Amino acid sequence: MTTAVHTAMSFSHTVKDTFVITRRNLLRNIRLPQLLVFATVQPIMFLLLFNYVFGGAIGGAIPPASGGKYLNWLIPGLLVQVAAFGAGQTALGLTEDLSKGVIDRFRSLPMARSAVLAGRTLSDLIRNAFVITLMVAVGFLLGFRYQTSFWGLLGGLAVAGIFAYGLSWVMALIGLAVKNPEAAQSAVFLPVFPLVFASSVFVPTGTMPSWLQAFADHQPITITTNAIRGLVLGQGALPAGDTVIGQVTLALAWAIGILIIFAPLAVRAYRRATG
Amino acid sequence: MDSPIVRAEHVVKTFGDTTALDDVSLSFEPGIIYGLLGPNGAGKTTLIRILTTLIRPDSGSAWVDGIDVLHDPRTARTRLGLAGQFAAVDEYLTGRENVEMVGRLYNLSATEARRRAAEVLERIDLGGAADRTVRTYSGGMRRRLDLAASMVGRPRVLFLDEPTTGIDPRSRVDIWGLIRELVESGTSILMTTQYLDEADQLAASIGVIDHGHLIAEGTPEELKDRLGGSVVEVVVDDVDRENAVALLSAINGHDATFDAASKRITLPAPKGAETLMAAARSLDGAGVTPNDITLRRPTLDDVFLAYTGKSVEEEDGTTDGPKRRRKRRGA
Repeated sequence: MTTAVHTAMSFSHTVKDTFVITRRNLLRNIRLPQLLVFATVQPIMFLLLFNYVFGGAIGGAIPPASGGKYLNWLIPGLLVQVAAFGAGQTALGLTEDLSKGVIDRFRSLPMARSAVLAGRTLSDLIRNAFVITLMVAVGFLLGFRYQTSFWGLLGGLAVAGIFAYGLSWVMALIGLAVKNPEAAQSAVFLPVFPLVFASSVFVPTGTMPSWLQAFADHQPITITTNAIRGLVLGQGALPAGDTVIGQVTLALAWAIGILIIFAPLAVRAYRRATG
Repeated sequence: MDSPIVRAEHVVKTFGDTTALDDVSLSFEPGIIYGLLGPNGAGKTTLIRILTTLIRPDSGSAWVDGIDVLHDPRTARTRLGLAGQFAAVDEYLTGRENVEMVGRLYNLSATEARRRAAEVLERIDLGGAADRTVRTYSGGMRRRLDLAASMVGRPRVLFLDEPTTGIDPRSRVDIWGLIRELVESGTSILMTTQYLDEADQLAASIGVIDHGHLIAEGTPEELKDRLGGSVVEVVVDDVDRENAVALLSAINGHDATFDAASKRITLPAPKGAETLMAAARSLDGAGVTPNDITLRRPTLDDVFLAYTGKSVEEEDGTTDGPKRRRKRRGA
């Protein structure tokens, strides 16, 4: 067998194995609808709380490009929040499989080494896309309107999805490192929580103390949020000096950079993982 | 003997300060069950994990079906099946979906995986539960499903890590039957167990492992011969004691002995139940009514006593004792 044929065959095996694992993980979501319900209830609660509780007070501080509605400003931010917390599921799912001996079984099978992680992150992306779409739908019911075009909205959703996918690989590494489902819970939320709040997700960063603002303005959650706001609300929603194309490029660079660094690290940790 | 189906040579594995396996070598021929017998923490699982490519030893070599598991783990994985200590089945999939998934990961085509899954599910006799989610299964059903999954890819060697630990006696017998069928159909099996009776029932060859050392190897008969087989134990009132010892000593040429500490008279009973019956008849004929009379089979304790000079209890406190005691089963 030539090397080229061999590579092609192992590539098709990897695709097949990834598909098998993805299907298995998605079936789980369907068979255990509570998973999906909890995954959607929490962000919708955030949407309602922030819009109705804080919306009035914050409303005056947001750029006019939001069409005068805090909700329009909030939805792009919440998409990133959902993406970040949703990616955490990657760690939880992996630790559960580790603790139940499922990963041992997979590692003893003649399957592609990367398929378990590829399938896990892919199924989490699909689930995340579902939750993100649902968020936007609920937003529409509450009065959310994009200010650019439908394509702008789709582009925004795509940026959120790509960010979620990159983050899933970080979470995979965290899950493989802590191994235990309970520990994974805090290992995931401790870093994500402050990153989500010290960002432009809920409020413009302009009123934060300067040291915090310096951090908030340059961390990936703010950059991704700004990119989506630019796509959905237009240039006017961005801090002065930022362009839509610039923010989108920067956001994609972050997501792809995270992917390039963390995917190989996660695969390496998987090879060594022992339940 | 055919070339060995499983071979380990001078395998050493340490975790931090603990030596899990200390120069372990073993091998067995195709078509049999090899039973690896030992208490918790003896190194059984570590050896299985090395042979199934899950971890690498610090030194030593291992082959499965002639494939070097350290140098060519990919090929080795096509020859082996693993059923670990916990049923690694997915709760939210049906039994059939679980087995088909593993079949697909063994690189069977979708059609072949479906056909083969139906075949093994039939064989493990899940009683029509194949299309229910595993959540509804009992512990015994999960173990059988796990076995089904491990054999769907027609591996040459199955590695079963304590396949009956933690399940009820009825399911235990079912699983024994399944394991026997598998080996009759040509699969070679390496299984670990903490129970001498289990190894005795199933294995053609037994290795006894303790503290990472293989301390004895042989057929169940050889091991039991070296242990002296079963023992009849009798408890009588003090007044009958001398009489009983004399009566029992006349039964099979072995001397009966009285142990003051346990107040028990013991008589070696290589013929098991036959000796027990003879003892009962003899005592009854002389008008001696025992308070208790039992046939005690050799246990893991006896194996340890015979090969290490210490019982498992005495070793407690030196290493992972409490963990051991928790899982050990009474005689």
